[in-house]
Amino acid sequence: MIPDTYLPIIFAGLMALSVIVYAILDGYDLGVGILLPLDNDQHSDKMIASIGPFWDANETWLVLAVGLLLIAFPSAHNVILKELYIPSAIMLVGLILRGVAFDFRAKVAQTDKHRWNQVFKAGSIIASASQGYMLGCFVMGFESSSYAIAFSLLSALGVTCAYALIGSGWLILKTTEDLQLRAIAWAKLTGKISFIGILAVCIVNPLINPLVYERWISAPFIYFAAIIPIASFALLLAGHFILKRLPFEGDKGCWLPFFITLFLFVLCFSGLAFSFYPYVVPGQLTIFEAASAPESLRFILYGAVFVLPFILAYTMFSYRVFWGKTKDLNYY
Amino acid sequence: MLDVFMLSRMQFAANISFHILFPTITIALGWFLFYFKLRFNLSGHPVWMRIYRFWVKVFALTFALGVVSGITMSFQFGTNWPGFMEKVGNIAGPLLGYEVLTAFFLEATFLGIMLFGFNRVPNWVHTTATLLVSVGTTLSAFWILVLNSWMQTPVGFELRDGVVHATDWMAIIFNPSFPYRFVHVLLASGLTAAFLIAGISAYRLLRGDNKQAPFLALKTAVYVAATLIPLQIIAGDLHGLNTFEHQPAKVAAMEGVWETKKGVPLLLFAIPDEENRTNHFEIAIPKLASLILTHELDGEIKGLNDFEGEHPPVGAVFYSFRIMLGVGMLMLLTAWFVSAKLLRKQTLQKNILWGLVGMTFSGWIATLAGWYVTEIGRQPYLVSGVLKTSEAVTDIAPGNVLFSLILYLSVYGVLLIAYLRTLFLMARRAVEIEEIQPAERKTQKNSPFYSMAHHSINNREVNP
Repeated sequence: MIPDTYLPIIFAGLMALSVIVYAILDGYDLGVGILLPLDNDQHSDKMIASIGPFWDANETWLVLAVGLLLIAFPSAHNVILKELYIPSAIMLVGLILRGVAFDFRAKVAQTDKHRWNQVFKAGSIIASASQGYMLGCFVMGFESSSYAIAFSLLSALGVTCAYALIGSGWLILKTTEDLQLRAIAWAKLTGKISFIGILAVCIVNPLINPLVYERWISAPFIYFAAIIPIASFALLLAGHFILKRLPFEGDKGCWLPFFITLFLFVLCFSGLAFSFYPYVVPGQLTIFEAASAPESLRFILYGAVFVLPFILAYTMFSYRVFWGKTKDLNYY
Repeated sequence: MLDVFMLSRMQFAANISFHILFPTITIALGWFLFYFKLRFNLSGHPVWMRIYRFWVKVFALTFALGVVSGITMSFQFGTNWPGFMEKVGNIAGPLLGYEVLTAFFLEATFLGIMLFGFNRVPNWVHTTATLLVSVGTTLSAFWILVLNSWMQTPVGFELRDGVVHATDWMAIIFNPSFPYRFVHVLLASGLTAAFLIAGISAYRLLRGDNKQAPFLALKTAVYVAATLIPLQIIAGDLHGLNTFEHQPAKVAAMEGVWETKKGVPLLLFAIPDEENRTNHFEIAIPKLASLILTHELDGEIKGLNDFEGEHPPVGAVFYSFRIMLGVGMLMLLTAWFVSAKLLRKQTLQKNILWGLVGMTFSGWIATLAGWYVTEIGRQPYLVSGVLKTSEAVTDIAPGNVLFSLILYLSVYGVLLIAYLRTLFLMARRAVEIEEIQPAERKTQKNSPFYSMAHHSINNREVNP
């Protein structure tokens, strides 16, 4: 039997897990959408084929993350979504547009296909930028000062760029020849912007956010606070040198950019998570105050513990089925 | 100016109405696909794979629309109805959680294999993926209808400090109205998908598609519809009796009964007047409502006046109920009439095909009308007897809700048109595909287990 006091921590952990899995998985397919070239039909077909079998399940992690917030911390869910009413509506429209564009573009006449490609790209950018904007608002504790808005806009740019980076990593892994070269160029560019973005957040965040500042300079967080940026920049540097030399002989190491970005995501996210723990709404509400009734949390926890291994297993199975370089998608 | 309450209700209604159109197709279409795949596996006849291939594309498109409009739904609770989660979150939360965990991931993951994996996995894995997608969509319907039915007939809980706490999960899941609603909705989905398949196939035939596939699909769909519709009428009747027992105010609105009395007539038509609490222009069959609901000619039905201030808006429930019944009757006539024709000879005249095209989306109309009966019929409560809708609404500025409502409505409008146009475009394109060649039919020789041996080695490339 799990003691009641541990339940909020377990659910905060599960929620953090689904947010980071979402950011990585939907991150790469949103990134592919952001990068979609409108000038080369073959490239855009190939790029969309590379995410075709996955995007649906990737997006489900968002539903799980929001669902866990709703289930485990309903009052926080209410506060957060009330504050983020407009950006979340815009994000949803972005997700709707790209989700349906993916299917429509494959089924309509050639002339309309180009238009649905544009919708797919626009939807991906809208969804990514609004997620970044919402992250910025969250970090700033939903302030409405002009500083906070500027920071949120910076965050919108940063997240869009980070998704594009992991998207290019995915494409380097899944494609060949000229599209792969193009993806390497995209990765170089978005890698540089991400470097500036992470640097800016590291400097700006403690300066304008007293809560974070106090946390960052107090033990034991100071150790994390030191390790996370150093490790991040080391990864970015390694990525930079690898990208310069890619593609290697026999396409060795084509997986490196994707996994380097993946670790970068994990590092940045854990930095954020440790900055705010145990708050679920920064400065307002902790996970202990916002948690649902223990009997309800237990009921869903048992289910989650039973089902999650299956989800992970068949997710891995699906990636194994579509292993290797992307081929054209054929509906069957 | 509309207040935030009305705007939020309109937004929720718009979202759920748009969303339900797509799951109501995919829940049953998945099982249709599984059936087509099984027929192919058993006979090895390529025509079944032709049918599968066409309808799996329709499934993919419909599923995508269902997913994206469903994500919107999951945000609505927090953005517009915070009082709902505050009051009943301890029950609604876990039920929604189980839907995500047991259904969403399952269907979304195996959808990839079902759509794009045919040449990459052994045939039996592809068949299993089709089965698991159908199981996923059905499980999803299971959990969401558990929650919806619990909101209609809440049991298994206690109130502590004004907040609902679960006391008996089995009672919550199998609450009194759940079994009836679940069966009713699944059958509705079966009928919706059947009329969609019949309608689109009829359209292909009318466009000169004389291949085997559309005719066989049409025949399958019409026979399924003819079988399901009487079952649906029985299920609907039992559901009505259950509602009569647990939510008498809803039934009173459905039947347009103002005063409690015995031997109540069945109103075929009327214009309910809520202001004067009476009906105009009644066309009625004496004592029939009492007979249907109580199985006695002189059975008593409680009238709306016994629930004044606590009953739903009468007009909306009354008309929606009649629209649902009317479309249901039309479905019965169409399905039986066309089945009778098909049993006698293997062709259909043009006007019958046009009739089926006209009925393509009859399932949507009946489903929406039925959904309005049950949802509007629960008003003014969000959770019967526990939480009023007006107590749950957000307090954000009405302008924000108006903005999001207009945004959603315009997106939904465009998408609905695009969806319908694409469906018929896909049908027209399918007309141009060549008929199955004799060479393709060689596969049949190895049936029934041809397909298990075939494709057993996948042609996956090795990752460097």
